[in-house]
Amino acid sequence: MATKRTIEVELSTTGIGPDGKPQRVPLVAGESGGVALQAPPGIEPDLEGEHMLINIGPQHPATHGVLRLVLELDGETVVRCIPHIGYLHCGFEKIGEYRQYNQIIPWTDRDDYLNCVGNNIAFAMGAEKLFGIEITPRCTVLRVIGMELSRIISHLVWMGTTCIDIGAYTPFLWSFQERENVYNLFEGWVGARLTTSASRVGGMAADIPDGWLDGLKAWVRTFPKTLSECDRVVTKNGIWVGRTVGIGAMSPDEAINYGLSGPMLRASGVDYDVRKDFPYLDYETYDWEVPIGVNGDVYDRYLVRMEEMRQSVRILEQAIARLPDGPVNVDDPRVILPPKHKATSEMESMIHHFKNVMEGPRPAIGEAYVAVEAPKGEKGYYMVSDGSSKPVRWRIRPPSFVNLSAIPKMVEGHLLSDVIAINASIDIVMGEIDR
Amino acid sequence: MSEFTVIRAGSAPGLPVPATPRNVPHRGGEANPSAATLKAKFGDAIVRVDVVWGETNVVVAMDKALEIITWLHDEPTESYEYLSDVTAVEFRDRGLPIEIIWHLRSLKHRRFLRLKGLIEKGRPLSAPSVYGVYKGADWLERECYDMFGVTFEGHPDLRRILLWEQYAEGYPLRKDFPLRGRFSRAEQLEQALAANPEARYSMEELSVADAYADLPQDMRARIKGGESTGE
Amino acid sequence: MGLIDAPAPGVVSLDAGQGDGWITTRLDFLVNWGRANSLWPMPFGTACCAIEFMATAASKFDLARFGMERMGFSPRQADVLICAGRVPFKLAPVLRRIWQQMPQPKWAISMGACASTGGMFDTYAVAQGIDTIIPVDVYVPGCPPRPEALIYAIMMLQKQVMKERMSGTSRDEMTPDPLSQLYIPPSRIDKLSEAFGNSIPQTRSGQ
Repeated sequence: MATKRTIEVELSTTGIGPDGKPQRVPLVAGESGGVALQAPPGIEPDLEGEHMLINIGPQHPATHGVLRLVLELDGETVVRCIPHIGYLHCGFEKIGEYRQYNQIIPWTDRDDYLNCVGNNIAFAMGAEKLFGIEITPRCTVLRVIGMELSRIISHLVWMGTTCIDIGAYTPFLWSFQERENVYNLFEGWVGARLTTSASRVGGMAADIPDGWLDGLKAWVRTFPKTLSECDRVVTKNGIWVGRTVGIGAMSPDEAINYGLSGPMLRASGVDYDVRKDFPYLDYETYDWEVPIGVNGDVYDRYLVRMEEMRQSVRILEQAIARLPDGPVNVDDPRVILPPKHKATSEMESMIHHFKNVMEGPRPAIGEAYVAVEAPKGEKGYYMVSDGSSKPVRWRIRPPSFVNLSAIPKMVEGHLLSDVIAINASIDIVMGEIDR
Repeated sequence: MSEFTVIRAGSAPGLPVPATPRNVPHRGGEANPSAATLKAKFGDAIVRVDVVWGETNVVVAMDKALEIITWLHDEPTESYEYLSDVTAVEFRDRGLPIEIIWHLRSLKHRRFLRLKGLIEKGRPLSAPSVYGVYKGADWLERECYDMFGVTFEGHPDLRRILLWEQYAEGYPLRKDFPLRGRFSRAEQLEQALAANPEARYSMEELSVADAYADLPQDMRARIKGGESTGE
Repeated sequence: MGLIDAPAPGVVSLDAGQGDGWITTRLDFLVNWGRANSLWPMPFGTACCAIEFMATAASKFDLARFGMERMGFSPRQADVLICAGRVPFKLAPVLRRIWQQMPQPKWAISMGACASTGGMFDTYAVAQGIDTIIPVDVYVPGCPPRPEALIYAIMMLQKQVMKERMSGTSRDEMTPDPLSQLYIPPSRIDKLSEAFGNSIPQTRSGQ
């Protein structure tokens, strides 16, 4: 039989410290004029309780998908957490070996389905690396716009669902209201709300339509208001603070060693952002800052994500201002199809169109790993080409998979209800974890 | 509750300001300086160094891989403290070896390094586990085992992660595995439905609950032997 | 808004010996009206469709207008199972178990291409349609379906609920194939899941 383990937890409650910051106030019997807590006579003070096994999921509203957690509890304290994943394993990486590069883009929508545009663009960047293509200046800025918009809507889902988990319903409605506005923008751009398939190797599926930028400008103006409303409702809310401060903390060294990335890593006080440290799409030319947490707990992760949304708005404003004119797609016949009217009237263009669609463009032999800063962390697409039109291996480096693997460490010693808050703070997307 | 000292990426002195790479050549170009250091330090254990699309690949001897990765992690001048990914590649050409890939990052020096270990065809699929160096390797190695059947020596809990333990069709990402699986659709469905979801606790988990006493004798013996299986 | 029109006055029958009488049809109407307008959903959200389901439940589309104010995340207090997203084989027994836990009468909506047919995931891991595992009343096409499509499916389901009769056999309880416990015979599943059209060169292995 497995040995029973006991974890000492500090009994504490939340309060506001003398500096006005929320802090844990330890419940020490007899101290600070409180009533001394004593066990009634006849009851053993250190009860040897039996450990209990509790199963959460795979169908549970607070697991954000089909995650299953098996918890070993001592009373209400988590002694051990064993996550089970794979309930949404669909074989993305296998099917990528049977598809041409442009055909894979619809799959990237569905692996992290909160960040569709970001994934589309990240995959196209990887394929362009294999083809040795430099995209046009207009496309670069459009991609920045797409990536930051999808970062914001991903964080909005995170905020809405986390608020529901912790007991606040209103921010969910507000955040989905804003998501609808962004859906409308995406729909105007590429014709789909959620699964956009917005990019192509060498460019984008479409240029933005006339007047689209005005809609984006209007949204960028109004969105920070919603954000500060949510901020006002949640950030200093006593219940929110009580449920999140000091919960699931990871130290910076631990966070790096566990391979955490994105807001999880930055909340632990590691100043690392792929956009700053390994830049792509000219992110180094934008003026923005990386928010850093200082305690690494659920509350800091919330603060980091809120600030990231504001910084994304900043990037969006600059991108709107600098969007240059010009073509969106590169002038490269290897990957870009000829215009439709030419394909139906000229023999060469028709052959070119036919070969490009039926056989697919062939990159040189080689491999490329492209990492982008997705809302969940470092999202990597690693593809290996053997010179044929389909990759030999398409690997998704899933940030929330690695982030979730640290959950046994984070929940140990916390209460059962804190598991929900910690799990929500990871911002998991099962489509990406199980692939 | 204590505040942490912030760790800054790119804190090594004399680093250039990072910029978006442009016009990266297919082969050649500037290699990661760590490759030369590795070559000087480990000599023959470094089989090959090449630069593809600006990324440095270092092919290492598999029996020295753990030593090299530990050194890269611990050595202050390298400090590859971040493991991005562990994965494997099998080529369509049946003669080529299977590659085990480690993607390492040095936050301090802003470097990216790809280490490769080769497993020749016909040899047992086995690689050293880097779990002792990077805790984040835990699930990545389990996934690689699940998808390719690569055994990571030294991993404390190597079992299937995405597919269930009784999955009988093999390792999906191997090239001899058909896209739709080996069994017919109806057979797959019947096998999946035959599993009782509530019975899908690992033996390790069951040993916690009262169910331990009801387990069959052989399962109890396996648990006592330290085996931890399950989904 | 979600109310269903009253049935045509022609259903009133005076002959109690033959078929439904006036009282039973009126009672049917009352019961069905109540059921159709308070369908409590059990959202079995797995993937992308769950996000669109959440968008449907949020303020702009507002599922509460259809009597779905209460999201029952427990199958024991739910009337309609909305399977939103792909169902891999590993999840199949879970879905079956949840369906079995729901009390009668119960309905199922298969939301999205993946839940209905496997969609673009014709791979080793995904069940090709949940109608092999549970009986489905309404299929919603789309990848993912728009909220309007889901709302339309719910209104179709409400119409179906209105047609039910206490007497007679208008509600046909599907029973699974006794041997395999599948709702579609295994031979037919294999036949349906054969590669077709241009999927052959793309999905057969070894090419």
